[in-house]
Amino acid sequence: MIDRTTYAAIVAHARRDHPDEACGVVAGPAGSDRPERLVPMLNAARSPTFYEFDSHDLLALYRDMDERDEEPVVVYHSHTATEAYPSRTDIALAQEPNAHYVLVSTRDPQVEEFRSFRIVDGTVSEEEVQVVAALHEAPQPSTRSTPR
Amino acid sequence: MSIEVRIPTILRTYTGGEKAVEGDGATLSELIADLESRHPGLRARLIDDKGLRRFVNVYLNDEDVRFLGGLETEVADGDNITVLPAVAGGADTPVSG
Repeated sequence: MIDRTTYAAIVAHARRDHPDEACGVVAGPAGSDRPERLVPMLNAARSPTFYEFDSHDLLALYRDMDERDEEPVVVYHSHTATEAYPSRTDIALAQEPNAHYVLVSTRDPQVEEFRSFRIVDGTVSEEEVQVVAALHEAPQPSTRSTPR
Repeated sequence: MSIEVRIPTILRTYTGGEKAVEGDGATLSELIADLESRHPGLRARLIDDKGLRRFVNVYLNDEDVRFLGGLETEVADGDNITVLPAVAGGADTPVSG
């Protein structure tokens, strides 16, 4: 579940950085599963086929999240010529087992492709993306399993 | 006195869920060996036969050890080590479509 403003900002970031891949996170309170704070990151690789957070930016980001008691709820990046589905590289390098990995494809300027996945131990499971006007104020204790 | 090592979520299975552990050593290499004695399996997640793994970042205080001495970086009591997995990927080999 993601709010409309954050969703639009992720798509806009991906379009802006095209033809390079764009990347970033949406942080949220630890354990809440609520993507609240968008943090666009620089793609240190500046590549149409690869992304990597800059090493110093990465440390600063995690320190900042630690201080706020946050975690990366969403880790997003774009694919610029292929579908919004995790590549072999994405799967091999996914190292945040609690994150929703969002992929945006910018291959077609007219078509929005925005999909979300869990990537745990090399296993990909797609999940439904719900775009809402705003995240509910009171965090709902989640008893449902993640939609697949 | 010892060196605090902050452990990322994905490696906390090796530390009983602890976010930070303590260790000793004069270099990063020695420190990792010391951690391995109490947290078996951790070493292999940090280094391979070529040295520090490409997609694991290790920081001494505020500096990436790749810009210092790598595994031979000197460490001392009171230093802080932070381990963070790289956030990286890319479309180079799509697996479907």
